[in-house]
Amino acid sequence: MTELGITPAQTAGPYLRIGLLRNILTPNVVDPSDPRAIRIRGRLTDAAGDGVPDGMIETWQANAAGRYHHPADDRDELALEDGFLGFGRSGTENDGRFEIVTVKPGRVPWPEGGLQAPHIGITVFARGLLKHAVTRLYFPDETEANAEDPVLSRLRPEQRETLVAVAEDGGLRFDICLQGPSHTTFFAV
Amino acid sequence: MSVDVRPFPELVDADRAGLDPPYDHFDYVGTRLRAPKEPLVIIPSTLTELTGPAYGESTVDPRDADLTRQHAGQPLGERMVLSGRVLGSDGKPLRGQLVEIWQANAAGRYAHEVDDHDAPLDPNFSGAGRCLTDDEGRYRFVTVKPGAYPWKNHTNAWRPNHIHFSVFGRALTERLVTQMYFPGDPLFPYDPIFNSVRDPKARERMISMFDLGLTEPEWALGFRWDIVVGGKDATPLEEPHDD
Repeated sequence: MTELGITPAQTAGPYLRIGLLRNILTPNVVDPSDPRAIRIRGRLTDAAGDGVPDGMIETWQANAAGRYHHPADDRDELALEDGFLGFGRSGTENDGRFEIVTVKPGRVPWPEGGLQAPHIGITVFARGLLKHAVTRLYFPDETEANAEDPVLSRLRPEQRETLVAVAEDGGLRFDICLQGPSHTTFFAV
Repeated sequence: MSVDVRPFPELVDADRAGLDPPYDHFDYVGTRLRAPKEPLVIIPSTLTELTGPAYGESTVDPRDADLTRQHAGQPLGERMVLSGRVLGSDGKPLRGQLVEIWQANAAGRYAHEVDDHDAPLDPNFSGAGRCLTDDEGRYRFVTVKPGAYPWKNHTNAWRPNHIHFSVFGRALTERLVTQMYFPGDPLFPYDPIFNSVRDPKARERMISMFDLGLTEPEWALGFRWDIVVGGKDATPLEEPHDD
């Protein structure tokens, strides 16, 4: 079988809002009136600590039962939820702030056995990022699951710390720093 | 359960074997404070990475694919049909893919408050489109050819004509945001963004081709551009994880 050459990535540039943030894709993974809804707020910053005003965050996650709305997740014993796709998209404001409204996902399996701690896949786009950056958000109230998580447990403490959100104002805070001493841990996926 | 604490392998830059641009590309000034500089942690693909958003079931207004009919009048510029297929690196067509595009108007100005290029806005052009691919993975837009524009990256810096594209692929590993260029653009040698892709063959894959078969006589030019998505598992040159 011939492998086709892939199309390289290019930066989303400063005007991504025109194409990506004025349409059907929204920051509300669930309706904000959902009793389970969690508000995740954060700031996207650069090496100088300045907010990135022209960025975009995308989130991808399983539902509360731990099932992905995707054909590759064929664990039929876990129910899909009507209307829950698991995807969120938020632009950043002038000071780099973004906000996603979602629910905590259930645990999903690790390829070599066992379960991962609840987490949300995060993808970051901005002018100055020639391709998107990928990270994960973990939950601060999952101490036990986080301690045995196959990804978190294999990171250095200072790397791990950047991936666990902080409880704040009844919701969660998750800052993403692209570069510099307090930079977020990014993954090659 | 004992917890595995062996560190994951790390990669200086996730460039998919030279096919993607590096994050750190000094000539593109915007990268200097924003490009991640620490090695990326290579994690195995789990269900999180092997799944991803799909909007094939959602309804997209067919009018969203015609950027020349979103206002009362017609936009100025060279009208063009832009079509191609979204494919996996295995050659499989990706059907029901949401394709999102955005672009400058024919004068090289974006309908965005931050764009201060001294060129006219076009009241009949917003520059945003979306559509779903059909059963053969095909997308089709009608638009006008975007103008080149200056961008202050360096003295006398101009971006080649381009259209921004976003597709999700079949999994998080296939997510792609990129730019489509036009054949024979004289600005290619001077553009640090285009040249951030080091492999010349990979750069060529970002360039559309003129296609007489796509033109509409007495109406519009035709350009063809296929998009191929693939994750790290499709690239043999990358370091495998050791467990």
